[in-house]
Amino acid sequence: MKMPRKQGSNASKSPLGDVLYNVFTRGAAGVVILIAIGIVFSLAGNSWPAIEKFGAHFLVDTTWNPVIFEFGALSSIAGTIVSTIIAMIIAVPLSVIIAFFLVELAHPWLSKPIGYAIELLAAVPSIIYGMWGLFVFAPFMADHIQPALQGWFGKLPLFEGPPMGIGMLSAGIILALMILPFITAVMRDVFRMVPSVVKEASFGMGSTTLETAQNVTVKYGFSGLLGAVFLGLGRAVGETMAVTFVIGNSHDISASLFAAGNTIASTLANEFTEAAEPLYMSALIELGLVLFVMTLVIQILAQWWIGRTQKKAGAGL
Amino acid sequence: MKIIKLSIATVLMLIMGCGKQTPPKANQEAPKSATSDASATADTPSEPITLTGAGATFPFPIYSKWAHAYKNVNGTKLNYQSIGSGGGIAQIKAKTVAFGASDAPLKPEELDEVGLIQFPMIMGGVVPVVNLEDIAPGQLKLSQKVLADIFLGKVKKWNDKAIAADNPNVKLPDTDVSVVHRADGSGTTWIFTNYLDKISEEWKSKVGTGKSVEWPTGVGGKGNEGVAAYVQRIKGAIGYVEFAYALQNKMSHVKLQNKDGNYVDPTIESFQAAAANADWKNAPGFYLVLTEQPGAASWPITGASFILMYKNQDKPDVAKEALNFFDWCFANGAKAATDLHYVPMPKEVVELVHSLWKENIQSGGKAIWE
Repeated sequence: MKMPRKQGSNASKSPLGDVLYNVFTRGAAGVVILIAIGIVFSLAGNSWPAIEKFGAHFLVDTTWNPVIFEFGALSSIAGTIVSTIIAMIIAVPLSVIIAFFLVELAHPWLSKPIGYAIELLAAVPSIIYGMWGLFVFAPFMADHIQPALQGWFGKLPLFEGPPMGIGMLSAGIILALMILPFITAVMRDVFRMVPSVVKEASFGMGSTTLETAQNVTVKYGFSGLLGAVFLGLGRAVGETMAVTFVIGNSHDISASLFAAGNTIASTLANEFTEAAEPLYMSALIELGLVLFVMTLVIQILAQWWIGRTQKKAGAGL
Repeated sequence: MKIIKLSIATVLMLIMGCGKQTPPKANQEAPKSATSDASATADTPSEPITLTGAGATFPFPIYSKWAHAYKNVNGTKLNYQSIGSGGGIAQIKAKTVAFGASDAPLKPEELDEVGLIQFPMIMGGVVPVVNLEDIAPGQLKLSQKVLADIFLGKVKKWNDKAIAADNPNVKLPDTDVSVVHRADGSGTTWIFTNYLDKISEEWKSKVGTGKSVEWPTGVGGKGNEGVAAYVQRIKGAIGYVEFAYALQNKMSHVKLQNKDGNYVDPTIESFQAAAANADWKNAPGFYLVLTEQPGAASWPITGASFILMYKNQDKPDVAKEALNFFDWCFANGAKAATDLHYVPMPKEVVELVHSLWKENIQSGGKAIWE
């Protein structure tokens, strides 16, 4: 194998193959940008009738009435955020613990099969999680977890209402189960990439396993861990089928986590097929646009934060 | 660190019903009587036609079953995509299919705007189902007002006085009423809300009729199976599903009060009574909703699924074959329909459909159906 030539000065002299290669790779990369721009334009264009009709009111209104064509996205936006937060609260700490255990503590004969199992879970289609959630998990929630929560925190409005087994909390937990393998798999790789020299140095200083984990391994790979978290977050925000099955699909905002709600993705999945009227369709597409913007904002924040921590930490991944 | 990708096959189950019949080599079989009177197709005799249709999901199982049987008659294939009524209407308007299908009839003005006709093809019923311990199916009677008040969120307990008044001999439990409705847009919801709209002024002003509406109360399940699962899960739940789902899941139905004031059970007979008593003759463009029809035995929440076709056809042979297929279904498809808990159209209505075809569907000024 020959080493690739230096770019720049002799790029103009490169043989035809290199030129084609250059054009092709650039073109392929450019297509990605074109597709992203195309999506924005078609979303914005198709949602224009709704944007014109409802304006900014769309974002703060909870009405969702397809009969008289009054649409507001607030319940869907709130549901998307709440279900994602529940999922992250559960999934992130667990992922860190599992990944750390697999890399630092477990024997290879244990960490290998668990690693495969995690990758297997990551490959399960979301509709399977949804059906499992509806037929297996929701009854379990209704019979055991929800009554227990009401017993412990009876007075909190967070856990009010009949224990139906479906609703915002169930959706959040199912989401957590779905993104857990993703986050864990990436975090495991991050932990593995921390050089053992660094850890050994820490042990040499007399640190315990826990101290090394806290002060060295996690700090060293912090930006990588953040990346894993945002990967999971991105998946949770847009998850459709699994949520649709268990969230209860109501366009109300409730203080109780036991109550039914909806997310942007679940509303789209439910209502797109039968939305024949132009304004209804347009409102649904505007919901899609809102989701797109939310994802974009998360991405930008993620990049900014990761960049900042990298600067702060100096070295690391 | 390569992630092992496992592809897990998702199995789509098409309810085709007649798995046992081994079809004879379809193409070689000579066209039978259904097409023999068609001089228009005579010049292309051996080429089997593929009909394309798209729309409502509710009639999909029976259309598939009919199409499977009809293929053995003269080799015509049907490619029906059950993408939803809204999609079906969009597809026929875009002229990508030979016919569209919708669970809710289009208004005559909307039909005329694009030059479509519609006719009812098959019927079904919507049934309120409940999850109440110690109450047998059909034991509970709900009057019109009580049913509407339950779905408006005004009746909150099952031992409410209003329910007890209609059911003096039933021991009603002290459980909360939990309403379950469809979360996805659907013709089933359209028929059900249309019924509530007709029986309750308050429903009419507050909610209205639609494939999805702003429900005053309750949780939403995705599809009939979602509603069925929620109702079976939640104690004290009441929801509405298609008749076939209520039967297949052995769900507990309620008796409803019909227009004549009688309490009736949902059966094939009570659906047909509703269709037979409906005044189709005076419904321009077949714009008729079968809810709240007169008749002592009529089930009040019955609905028909409609076929949409263009009046002026560019491809007369395809249109003719589509009509042949529908005609064959009307004539020979009743048993298959009732096997799947659908309700075949009554004879009088089929005659009206035939005359609609004769008078309206043409190609180059010539009637296609004679």
